[in-house]
Amino acid sequence: MAIVAFLIKRLLQAVLVMFVISLIGFSIQDNLGDPLRELVGQAVSEAEREALRDRMGLNDPFLEQYWRFLGNAVQGDLGVSYHFKRPALDVIADKFPATVDLVIGAAIIIVLVSVPLGCWCAIQPRSWLSQAAMGASIVGISIPVFLTAIFLIYLFSVNLGWLPSFGRGESLVEIVPGWKTGFLTGEGISHLVLPSIALSSIFLPLFIRLIRSEMMEVLEQDYIRYAWAKGLAPRRVWFLHAFKNTLLPVITVGGVQIGLMLAYTILTETVFQWPGLGFMFIEAVTRVDTPLIIAYIIVVGLIFVVTNTVVDLIYTLVNPTVRLVGAPS
Amino acid sequence: MTFQFTKIATGALLACAVAVGAGIAGVAPAEAKTLRMAYDADPVSLDPQEQLSGGTLEMAHMVFDPLVRFTKELEYEPRLAESWEQIDDLTMRFHLREGVVFHSGNPFTAEDVVFTLERLKGSPDFKALFEPFEGAKIIDDHTVDLVTVEPYPLVLNLATYLFPMDKAFYTGTDDNGKPKDAIVKHGSTFASTNASGTGPFVVRAREQGVRVEFERFADYWDTESPGNVTEIIFTPIKEDPTRVASLLSGGVDFIKPVPPTDLERLGNEEGVNLVTMGGTRIITLQMNQDRVEAFKDPRVRQAIVYAINNQGIVDKIMKGFATVAAQQSAPGQVGHAADLKPRYDLDKAKALMAEAGYEDGFSITMMAPNNRYVNDDKIAEAAAAMLARINIKVDLTTIPKAQYWPEFDVRAADIMMIGWHPDTEDSANYTEFLLMTPDAETGYGQYNSGNYSNPEVDKLIIQSQSMVDQEARAKVLQQVERLLYEDAAFVPLHWQDLSWASRDGVHIEDIVNVMDFPYLGDLVID
Repeated sequence: MAIVAFLIKRLLQAVLVMFVISLIGFSIQDNLGDPLRELVGQAVSEAEREALRDRMGLNDPFLEQYWRFLGNAVQGDLGVSYHFKRPALDVIADKFPATVDLVIGAAIIIVLVSVPLGCWCAIQPRSWLSQAAMGASIVGISIPVFLTAIFLIYLFSVNLGWLPSFGRGESLVEIVPGWKTGFLTGEGISHLVLPSIALSSIFLPLFIRLIRSEMMEVLEQDYIRYAWAKGLAPRRVWFLHAFKNTLLPVITVGGVQIGLMLAYTILTETVFQWPGLGFMFIEAVTRVDTPLIIAYIIVVGLIFVVTNTVVDLIYTLVNPTVRLVGAPS
Repeated sequence: MTFQFTKIATGALLACAVAVGAGIAGVAPAEAKTLRMAYDADPVSLDPQEQLSGGTLEMAHMVFDPLVRFTKELEYEPRLAESWEQIDDLTMRFHLREGVVFHSGNPFTAEDVVFTLERLKGSPDFKALFEPFEGAKIIDDHTVDLVTVEPYPLVLNLATYLFPMDKAFYTGTDDNGKPKDAIVKHGSTFASTNASGTGPFVVRAREQGVRVEFERFADYWDTESPGNVTEIIFTPIKEDPTRVASLLSGGVDFIKPVPPTDLERLGNEEGVNLVTMGGTRIITLQMNQDRVEAFKDPRVRQAIVYAINNQGIVDKIMKGFATVAAQQSAPGQVGHAADLKPRYDLDKAKALMAEAGYEDGFSITMMAPNNRYVNDDKIAEAAAAMLARINIKVDLTTIPKAQYWPEFDVRAADIMMIGWHPDTEDSANYTEFLLMTPDAETGYGQYNSGNYSNPEVDKLIIQSQSMVDQEARAKVLQQVERLLYEDAAFVPLHWQDLSWASRDGVHIEDIVNVMDFPYLGDLVID
């Protein structure tokens, strides 16, 4: 039953988080700019604009506006995007699959590269490959994703002509209604390659270094010495006994990083004209599309709570000594 | 994402069927040519009257046709109006083209013109432009009179904004019980997602912000047009380097705009067709006389104009990709006074400051946007540095446009940057908005953050508004530019250039123009 209590607690936390976010989002919206500017032409008179503001309820007192927002929000209505002229949550639902594709693409690259490389660096710290990987990761961590992305585009799209430079392509496959993915066609994957590499480039150095240092620490521990003394095969020592315990902190950090990754999709998606949440958000900010901005941060807040919850659950599977809530031990 | 395109889709299918039928009947079908293009943004709506913006008008020239349009040389070219004549001081008679059909299949008649003008007069964005019009009067099915309240010199200018909409198509109520012709700023309307115009292209599919697909209208009236594009795939690409890379990698055939930093590179690139042209968007600085006592003295204002090296800004910051300005009206516009020259002269500036008793200078604030005009923040920084040389210490703030406009509305700094492109392509429009005495009633001087006021200028502009004699009117408008120049009413910087690029074989040079509405219906691809 501990798990049920845990989930309920997390659910309440999520509601609280979203409430606080909405309040913050709502109170800063006046500083974002004037949404009317993006809705009407430059020559439209101030009187005409004022009338529109009145009609849209933008001149009402803060509490009245917020109360109206909350009333609609509990019914699942976070307002209508000024730019898209559709419910903000619908717009977000439309853009979500593209971002998930990108995050999965980047996660695959991160796992496939950082795990073997991190382990190798721990096992053979003096080899040339380890030294090169450590050096490259210093450089990698200090190059902004913007530059990485543009470099990738010029190398692989413009000069070599191997990969497309923007968008998701035209052959997306609808796996469930309203959810299209690019992973099922060659063309879709070709569009995913560069953005995924760009996005993963920010996280790779961190994960390689993290896995390396954790693994080195584990390799120093007594039970590993016993394993060596027992004469176990090196592969067994490294990958079964040592690696499993290396994973614990990696999972925790990984969960937090998924949230950060959402933040970095803003840059990556902008450069690649990737029609996902990040690009939508930055556009909404420049257009002062406040309903969409607030809906986005609420959804992202929810994603943070959900990923943290999932990470905690996985943690208990990997390490049974961890208890979720104060259950008797 | 599904849009209610059933009607148009059906129409398009029928059109295809007809085209295929014609092919079988022995008429050689035109070779299919697809244009993939990337602008920095896609149209916000399919309703040509919802928002007065470049994006809307670009879309309107694809899906709709105006009564008349400007040629590259700013001459009037007949479109849905075959000819026109002035009947009396208030009336211009338009003879409409016969045999034109809308995408819906409905025939185009004078009724549609009346409907369109009425709707324009009710659109928040367009009503001010069309205020001078009393209305449209039907003479017969293909003759219509546009009647103005007073003699009005810009009837033809505004006829370029009159894109007849299909009255039958936009009449009635949609699935939600809302009127189909409604214009709503916040919320969806029938007209913003459905379109029936007479234009060369029919919208086949649209996913806002991602892509719009067009295909050529099989029954398009202009069979003389050399245009051979049968399909357009329009993807907005916001980021400058990505847009350029997409052209270079062959992902798209045509891009606009080209960022100034890439002009030289694209100009030298094999296989790229780069086209640039002087534009009509003037970038200026306004000096607020209400906030700074010294700005009331014309000598101080002149000193500032003399101190700012606008040629240097064009050369160094704009990389030559702008035309240095000494007035608002661009070359080619009626009010352009060719004798006015840029006047950078630092010694003269210092002398003027001394003469005005401000040798030791003073401190002011300055504000500019950082994402509205090309290099806007860098231009402001340069101007601030130049003013330091005549001892004017500038506290500069640059902010995103979303936050800039509210600041501009309350005149939050002593010097503010403003760019202007006249919706009417007419010289008087600059002064009406930027430099006439601010008046909330009439709306004049809405963007005059300097609070410059000159009764002579106001009088001349109002006079020009009802002068039908174009030559005499041009003289009056040039007189206005000279007065403003002498008075140093504002700091003229430059007109932004326009730029387009395509791969070789896509002949964009024939279809682009100073309004920046490429006439894609006439585009030829080898």
